[in-house]
Amino acid sequence: MIDFNLIPLLPEIFLSLIGMGLLIVGVSEGNRSTRVICWAAAAGFAIAALILLGVGWETRSVLNGMFVMDKFAGFMKLLILIGLIASVALSVRYLVQEGMERFEFPILIIFAGIGMMIMVSANNLLALYMGLELQALSLYVLAAFQRNSVRSSEAGIKYFVLGALSSGMLLFGMSLIYGFTGSIDFGVIGRTLGELNAIPFGVTFGLVFMLAGLAFKISAVPFHMWTPDVYQGAPTAVTALFAIVPKVAAFALLMRLLFEPFMALSDQWLQIIYFLSLMSMVVGAFAAIAQDNIKRLLAYSSIGNMGYALIGIVAGTASGAGAVVLYLMIYMVMTAGVFAVVLSMRRQGLAVYKISDLSGLSKTAPTLAYAMAILMFSMSGIPPAAGFFGKLLVFNAAVTEGYYILATLGILTSVVAAYYYLRVIKVMFFDEPIDEFDKDMPFARRAVLLISILFVLGFVIKPSVFIENSLSAAASLFTG
Amino acid sequence: MVDFPLLSLMTFLPVAGILIILAIRGDQEVVDQNTKHMALYTSLFTLAFALFMYTRFDGSSAEFQFVEHSSWLKPLGINYHMGVDGISVFFVLLAAFLTPICILSSWDVIKTRVKEFMIAFLALETFMIGTFVALDTVLFYVFFEGVLIPMFLIIGVWGGPRRVYSAYKFFLYTLLGSVLMLIGLLTLYAQTGSTDIPTLMDNPVARDLQMWLWLAFFASFAVKMPMWPVHTWLPDAHVEAPTAGSVILAGVLLKMGGYGFLRFSLPMLPEASAYFADMVYVLSIIAIIYTSLIALVQEDMKKLIAYSSVAHMGFVTLGIFTATTQGIEGGIFQMISHGLISGALFLSVGVVYDRLHTREIERYGGIVKNMPKYATVFMILMLGSVGLPGTSGFVGEFLILLGAFQVNTVVAAFAATGAILGAAYMLILYRRVIFGPRTNDDALSMPDLNQREIGLLVPIVLLVLWLGIFPGTVMEKISPSVDKLIGEYNEKLEVAAAQGETEEEGPER
Repeated sequence: MIDFNLIPLLPEIFLSLIGMGLLIVGVSEGNRSTRVICWAAAAGFAIAALILLGVGWETRSVLNGMFVMDKFAGFMKLLILIGLIASVALSVRYLVQEGMERFEFPILIIFAGIGMMIMVSANNLLALYMGLELQALSLYVLAAFQRNSVRSSEAGIKYFVLGALSSGMLLFGMSLIYGFTGSIDFGVIGRTLGELNAIPFGVTFGLVFMLAGLAFKISAVPFHMWTPDVYQGAPTAVTALFAIVPKVAAFALLMRLLFEPFMALSDQWLQIIYFLSLMSMVVGAFAAIAQDNIKRLLAYSSIGNMGYALIGIVAGTASGAGAVVLYLMIYMVMTAGVFAVVLSMRRQGLAVYKISDLSGLSKTAPTLAYAMAILMFSMSGIPPAAGFFGKLLVFNAAVTEGYYILATLGILTSVVAAYYYLRVIKVMFFDEPIDEFDKDMPFARRAVLLISILFVLGFVIKPSVFIENSLSAAASLFTG
Repeated sequence: MVDFPLLSLMTFLPVAGILIILAIRGDQEVVDQNTKHMALYTSLFTLAFALFMYTRFDGSSAEFQFVEHSSWLKPLGINYHMGVDGISVFFVLLAAFLTPICILSSWDVIKTRVKEFMIAFLALETFMIGTFVALDTVLFYVFFEGVLIPMFLIIGVWGGPRRVYSAYKFFLYTLLGSVLMLIGLLTLYAQTGSTDIPTLMDNPVARDLQMWLWLAFFASFAVKMPMWPVHTWLPDAHVEAPTAGSVILAGVLLKMGGYGFLRFSLPMLPEASAYFADMVYVLSIIAIIYTSLIALVQEDMKKLIAYSSVAHMGFVTLGIFTATTQGIEGGIFQMISHGLISGALFLSVGVVYDRLHTREIERYGGIVKNMPKYATVFMILMLGSVGLPGTSGFVGEFLILLGAFQVNTVVAAFAATGAILGAAYMLILYRRVIFGPRTNDDALSMPDLNQREIGLLVPIVLLVLWLGIFPGTVMEKISPSVDKLIGEYNEKLEVAAAQGETEEEGPER
């Protein structure tokens, strides 16, 4: 019997239809419809999330095993959709303020979103590549969306060239894996590798290339070079999107790849991930100290945070994977809040990005300053903010598996990182105020900030809800 | 005993106060007034709860009391577990007692961002009390580390000229120590599968692991305490912090280190504690003598008292690691007494600082004429700090020296020398500020203590005298818990020694 059950694909199908429909609307109505299309896209993501909740998350694969649906996929997609809603909500006013109100913006986000959701559910190498490229191509365009800005174009080009290079490496690695295992299906690859007595050299080679390609996507050191430049050059709303969502998808992909088909090679990839994790934490912490641009600072902060999340993968257990999921969730919510603040850094209609521009914010805009301070304390992992619990779980997973050195070095870099997060607080609270920011805080941005703060502060009251869900989502990776 | 969650109520009452303060709206002045009152009432209610707890506390029992237990980080088996015993009960009281005093002392002094100041102090109170009542390592860590946030802001926003540097130094020093402890706690969790403090106390881990864990915990508690040579953040933090910040820092925050040694190091890691005890003695003696000498040459009053704090805390660590009844009881008593005395000394410095806006000892002199009440209060506190019999300072120091003599005469002799130096710098300070040449006219025209200041200082002075004359009121509640601690400590050491012997006799050796 031909397996043609499309139910698990419904959210993606729905989003594709919405995307194409909105494209038609945009073409006929022109750029004045941007606002409407933005909100329609956000609504589309919300409906897709509802559909996702409705399709059931029990493990099953469709389309001849190309596409898998399980609790992990469901949960990660939910995170992605929430992140996308937040990024669209953050962008609407920004597009107007920067005079780049073009209807392609939300539509590109929709297609990037579809790509990410496919990445999460990909169960063979081709589906993986398709999802990844759909996502990446949309994001390249978004990075260069501010056409009249040299920096934005530079960011787009840089992102594209390096992204294409990494995709090339990924493809090369995939071809080697295909050649040595004879299949592109994750399940078959996993079984073939599991039965081998000695790992062929080509497989290791392919694995290394694939990991290098994916490390680029999650901006792990030493494949992080693009991150600060792209974060700085891209329009801030796009930077917010970059920081909030694609990394969740790339991590989900990486986790599925490592824990399902390549579990048999864990001795091999473990060393690579260990190295990526450690280097990311160190570089992320030390390089951020010298930054004076808040977007570059956040770029290094995200590099460091990816390093912490990778610790959970190093642990290689279900609880480690669960810790990664939780870490990503908390990181996503915090980042959304931080960017809500960064997007509000405008004077006389112009966006400002220097950390020193935040001087004395606690006097000129106390609410914003306190929100940012809470987020910064949370980012640096000081309890009782949510950020602490993310770190607690990944370090716990590492210590449980006996990775004391990685955990200790990691936690020491978090002290270094605390220094630069504190610097933001110091500038806002201890320095003398300069000119006020424009008092133009749209409702959507307020809402994102408020939700983020409530999450960060409220997490401590009932953490088990989130932890249980993260752990059970990750556990579904290990049952197959 | 009570049948409602007393400890949680006490811990989180200040948070409720914060929420109410956040809701206060209106004119700046009205808001400031209302905020101050709200903060004061909240902290007084918390004190009332703490006193109620004290009256219901069964001093004859060494068990944890008012225990609360409910699930928290459920999938990890980490629980919300609270309780007090004889070791922690007085620290809770100390925190609850000093907070309203700090709020009152800031009443007229803090003029900018009053609302934020009060919120920071109430948050601090929650974290402080939480630290002392938490019976789960992760919960403890959350409170222990959470303290950094309000304190960082208190020093950085309302502090002196070098406040930024000091705030950073305070934060990063303490954080560095704490994160190592976190790794230690997680290791302990990985090895035993539990984060429950009473459970961990009953199940000591293997000797080799104990050594590493002890060092990890030591990194945190020694910085917090602070012990020489990681004490350098303290003088900076004290000098720059506003008066209330110094009071709470000296009064309560430093005690978290000593409390940590008593709650974690001794009961959970007995073999390592015994092994490292000599190192602690040496560091303590260096702290006592070296920082006393530094205190002798200080020109800044707050810095002098800050260094004296390091010296006094040196006595405490010495006492704790003698692992004798006298030493530990003396250590706890010394911490309580030092919390009161140094807190009040910082308040006293604040009194003259508010009038003359300098802490230079040179700028004062001969103020006994115009400030007789102040001179009296300051004298009692100074003598308490020196350890004069009849004040609380004597009891603690005496017991610690008694404990030290039982263990090591040389150590005790050195420590006793430090006590003499302590008398020297405090007496010199007193002579120069209160008597001394009457050269500074502005200092001589300062008005004496006003009613608010009397109201702040006199309760502390009375407590200092009370504890000096009737130390039994505290001791009788402490001793069952301390006896249990020492009993179990020696028992574990004996068991470990017995195991060590059998291993050595084993065929593989």
